[in-house]
Amino acid sequence: MALKRKNIPALIRQLILLVLIAVMIYPVLWMVSSSLKESSQVFVQAHSLIPESLHFENYVEGWKGFGGISFTTFYLNTFYVVIVSTIGSVISSTIIAYGFSRIRFVGRNVWFVCMLLTMMLPFEVIMIPQYIMFNWFGWLNTYWPLIMPTFFGTPFFVFLIMQFIRSIPYELDEAATIDGCNRYTIFIRIIVPLIVPAMTTSAIFSFYWRWDDFMGPLLYLNNPSKYTISLALKMFADPDTVTNWGSMFAMSALSLVPVIVVFFAFQKYIVEGISTSGLKG
Amino acid sequence: MVTMDNNLNKLPVQTKQVKRKRKRRDYENVTGYVFIMPFLIGFFALTIFPMLMSLYLSFTKYDLLGTPQWVGLGNFKRMFFEDETYWQAMKVTVFYVLTAVPFRLAFALFVALLLANVIRFSGLYRTLMYLPSIIGGSVAVAVMWRQLFGNDGAINAILEALNLPTTSWLGNPNTAIWTLILLYGWQFGSAMLIFLAGLKNIPVSYYEAASVDGANAWQRFIKITIPLLTPIILFNVVMQMINGFMTFTSSFIITEGGPLNSTLLYILYMYRRGFVFFDMGYASAMAWVLLLIIAVLTALIFKSSKHWVHYESGGDR
Repeated sequence: MALKRKNIPALIRQLILLVLIAVMIYPVLWMVSSSLKESSQVFVQAHSLIPESLHFENYVEGWKGFGGISFTTFYLNTFYVVIVSTIGSVISSTIIAYGFSRIRFVGRNVWFVCMLLTMMLPFEVIMIPQYIMFNWFGWLNTYWPLIMPTFFGTPFFVFLIMQFIRSIPYELDEAATIDGCNRYTIFIRIIVPLIVPAMTTSAIFSFYWRWDDFMGPLLYLNNPSKYTISLALKMFADPDTVTNWGSMFAMSALSLVPVIVVFFAFQKYIVEGISTSGLKG
Repeated sequence: MVTMDNNLNKLPVQTKQVKRKRKRRDYENVTGYVFIMPFLIGFFALTIFPMLMSLYLSFTKYDLLGTPQWVGLGNFKRMFFEDETYWQAMKVTVFYVLTAVPFRLAFALFVALLLANVIRFSGLYRTLMYLPSIIGGSVAVAVMWRQLFGNDGAINAILEALNLPTTSWLGNPNTAIWTLILLYGWQFGSAMLIFLAGLKNIPVSYYEAASVDGANAWQRFIKITIPLLTPIILFNVVMQMINGFMTFTSSFIITEGGPLNSTLLYILYMYRRGFVFFDMGYASAMAWVLLLIIAVLTALIFKSSKHWVHYESGGDR
C-alpha cells in the first residue's frame, strides 16, 4: 500500500510526538513500576519498567507512614484543607467577579487594576510578613493560615469567571430587574446558575494547586499529626532515613492519584481555562 | 470616575429622572462595594499591610522573639557587599531563569506547532503532554526526580545500557542545576496550551495566500506564525519569568541547594534566612529586592515589546 506523498510529513509529525511523549511519560511510569518492585531491586536494572514480580505490599507498608501516624491521617488532613479552601476560593471569587463585571460603581477601575497587580505578585514575596502576622494571631500549627486567605478571592479565578459573565447577555439582568429582582437576587438566581462551568474550572484548579501546595504547610504545620500529603511525603522520603525504597515510590505515586483522576475527568475544563485566561498551570 | 448607567427607565419628567438616576447610582455604588468587599479586605489585610510591614522590617533586625531593631540600610549593605552566599544565590537564580524559561518556552512552542497541525489523536497527545504540568510541582515528583538522577537511578542505568559515561548528576556542582532546569522544562504544558490557543487564532487564509505567493514552510513560520504569535510570546515570557524566579520545591527537595550551593535558588536562600536562621529583617529585605528586580524586568520586557510585538491593526477584537 503506497502512502500518498502528502501523508509523509503528517506521519513524521506523529512519530516525533510519540517519541516525545514516551520520553516525557517515562519518569511517571518509572515511578509506578518502582513502587511495585522489591525494595532491594529498585536500583538494580533501575531503568527497567517491568518489575520482576509485583510487590503490592509496598503500598501496605508505606501506608503505615512514620512516627505511628498513618497516611490515612495525612490524606484526611489534605482533603480537609483542599476542600474547605476550594469552596472558600470559588465562592468568594464568584462574588467578586460579579461585582467587577456587572456593577458600575465609583472606583471600580482602580480596584480592578489593584487586583490585576496582586495577580502578578507572587506569594513568596509576602510570605515572611504573613507568617509574622499569623504568628501574632497564634495561628501557627493550625490550618487557618492555609484556609483563611482563600476566602478573600483568588485573582486568577475572579478574572476567569469575569470573562464568563461578560458572555452572558445584559438583557437577562434587565429582564430580571423589571421582574423585581435586585442585584443580589439577580446574582443568585440568574448569574450563578449560568456560570457553573467557570466555577467548576476554578474549583479544579484550586483543587490541584492546593493539593500540590508545599510552601504553606512547610511554613505553618509543625506537628506531624497535622501534616498534609506533600509535607508528609517530604518527611517520609527523607534521603537519610529511607530504607524501603519501594514504599517511598508507592506513597509518592499514590499521592498523585487524586490529581490525575481529577485531571482526566475534567481535562476539558482545564484546557479551556488555560486557553481563555492564560491561567498558570 | 462615575460612568453613566445604562439607559434604563427613560422617564419623561426631567427631575424625576434625575432623582431616580441618582438613587440608582447610589444603589450601584453600595452593591458594587458589597460584592467586591472580600477582595478589598484581603487586599488590605493580606497584601498591602504585609507588604508595608515587610518594607519596615527590611530596615530592621528581627528574630521573631524580641522587638525589631532599626538598622537602617544595614541589611542591604550586608546583602550587596558582605554576603557572598547572597551573590551565589543571585548568580544561580539568574542562570536558572535565563536557561530554564527559554527552554520551557521553546519546547512549548515546538510541541504546540506539532500539535496544531496533527489532526488524528491530537486531543490525546495534548492531554499526555499536559500531564507533567499537573503533577510536576508536587513533592512526589521532586522525590521521584531525585531518585531518577541519583547515582543508581534510571538515567545512569540507561546511559550504562547504552555504553555512555555515567556521572553523579546531583553530586556534581556543574550538572546538579541542569536536573532542576530539566524538571522545569518538563512542565511546559500550560505555556503550550496558551501557544496552541494563539495558533488557532491565526487565519488559515494568511498561509494560503503565502503559499500561493511561493513561500515555503520556513518562510511561512518566520513571516506569519512568529509575528502573529508575539503578543502570546510576550505574555508567556512575563508569566514564566516570574514563575521561574519563584522556583522553590525542586531545589529544596532534590538538591537541598547543594552541592556547594550550586543550586541555591533565591527563594530557597530567602527561606533559609527567614525560617532556619530567623533572620526576618534580612529575609524581608531579600523579598523586596526580588520584587524590585521582577518589577524592573517586567517593565523592561513590556517597554521592549514595542519593537518586537506585532499587534494586528483593527483585528478581530
